[in-house]
Amino acid sequence: MFDFSIISKWFHDLLTGFIPEWLVIGIECVIVLLFIILLYAILAIALIYLERKICAFFQCRIGPNRVGKWGLLQVFADVFKMLSKEIIKMRQSDRLLHDMAPFFILAASFLTFACIPWNKGLEILDFNVGLFFFIAVSGIGVIGILLAGWASHSKYPMIGAMRSGAQLISYELSIGMTMLTMLLLCGTMQLSEIVQQQADYGWNIIRGHVPAVLAFIIYLIAGNAECNRGPFDLPEAESELTAGYHTEYSGMGFGFFYLAEYLNLFICGAMAATIFLGGWAPLYFPGWDGFNTIMGYIPGFIWFFGKAFFVVFLLMWIRWTYPRLRIDQLLSLEWKYLMPISMFNIILMALVVCFGLTL
Amino acid sequence: MAQTIVFLVLAAIILGCGIMAVTTKRIMRAATYLMFVLFGTAGLYFLMGYTFLGSVQVMVYAGGVVVLYIFALMLTGRQDKKENHSVSLAKKFAALLAALYGAGLFMFAIISHRFAENILTPPSEQTASVKVLGEQLLSSGRFGYLLPFEIVSILLLACIIGSLIIARKR
Repeated sequence: MFDFSIISKWFHDLLTGFIPEWLVIGIECVIVLLFIILLYAILAIALIYLERKICAFFQCRIGPNRVGKWGLLQVFADVFKMLSKEIIKMRQSDRLLHDMAPFFILAASFLTFACIPWNKGLEILDFNVGLFFFIAVSGIGVIGILLAGWASHSKYPMIGAMRSGAQLISYELSIGMTMLTMLLLCGTMQLSEIVQQQADYGWNIIRGHVPAVLAFIIYLIAGNAECNRGPFDLPEAESELTAGYHTEYSGMGFGFFYLAEYLNLFICGAMAATIFLGGWAPLYFPGWDGFNTIMGYIPGFIWFFGKAFFVVFLLMWIRWTYPRLRIDQLLSLEWKYLMPISMFNIILMALVVCFGLTL
Repeated sequence: MAQTIVFLVLAAIILGCGIMAVTTKRIMRAATYLMFVLFGTAGLYFLMGYTFLGSVQVMVYAGGVVVLYIFALMLTGRQDKKENHSVSLAKKFAALLAALYGAGLFMFAIISHRFAENILTPPSEQTASVKVLGEQLLSSGRFGYLLPFEIVSILLLACIIGSLIIARKR
């Protein structure tokens, strides 16, 4: 497997040759930031197109097909439309917080985005508590949603924000618990090491068998809820709340919420790929040497994107299949079913690891 | 050098947002500025290499406490109409006195313990690994933290039972 850290180390050594170290760090930060923003934009475009096409196929429609070949340029047209819209200023709203709120959501999204290990040696934020940091910074998004709802000074965003806050805080527990379950199996919180282990000993979902599969299913359900996507999309239920917490936003303010929603979907898929499906680790079968060598030639980031988009497809499948829940059903699903199951699952995983029953 | 620059930026954010948090008239903005102060503190921990402490700071304070504040403020309704309650001179004097006393106490503690001399030597990442922290937290040995840990959990249990009793249907 190709180790990307060779390239980054070569680049670092090249620059330190003739520039002082602190400036080198500054330059590298800017390059990394540009890389993140570029990837963020490209992925958002790809995901929005995918969502519209997959939604259309599930509903027996064709989807966007007028702008460009197969509607490929539809997203660009939408972005230009959004950029040219008027920014509405409302009376009696808290302008500062109203304008700031989308950036909280974007910041949470960027920080979690930076944790993802793309390839061997190609991680941006990678330290000994990576997984814990990921859970911690994903909580910042809730603040953005609450502030957006509050600062709009309107009833629909307020109700949407309250619903969304209750939902995100509840389902964060399930996400945390499933991650703890997988943590027991891995024994480390460093994301690059988690993936390296899976490259050496096999994917976590196979290694952890029953509890890992259970955790994966709970993660998919809770992940869909964390991204505010159907069947859990009642913070922005169109029929009741117009658009929930971002009703009063126009132009790019709304665009940022939209962007963050799709990227959170991808981050959810990428994290599932990292902790359950082996990240950049290729598919190996013990004993099939010829097959394993061929699989080893496929670059790591292609494996990673393949797995991430597979999980994204699963999440979209769930979204467009089930009808929306009521708020009390949503909360009782989390607190009465998913929480006890994931607590039981942690004990099961602890027993499996203790008695060495992993595959 | 890079570390000093980052430290100065973080210090400016913490001080600036701290002042804004106490001087602003709107309570929701005060909560938001407070959150920036807490993020800045987390940034200081990351700068020193205490990644676990920094993550806990973000998780507990930014993700938990500030969200709780904002939730409570949303439920109590908007009270940021321009209220013109004047503060009496005696109160202002008392506030100044309290502030000076607090500042003096902090300066005394910082100077007498000579913190300033041995700060900003970043420990390596291995200093406080999660493994060591976890073993310390759950060990009943000489410097173990098992007893405080259990006492805190009993306190939390008491809080949960108390809030259930207050909120139950009669």
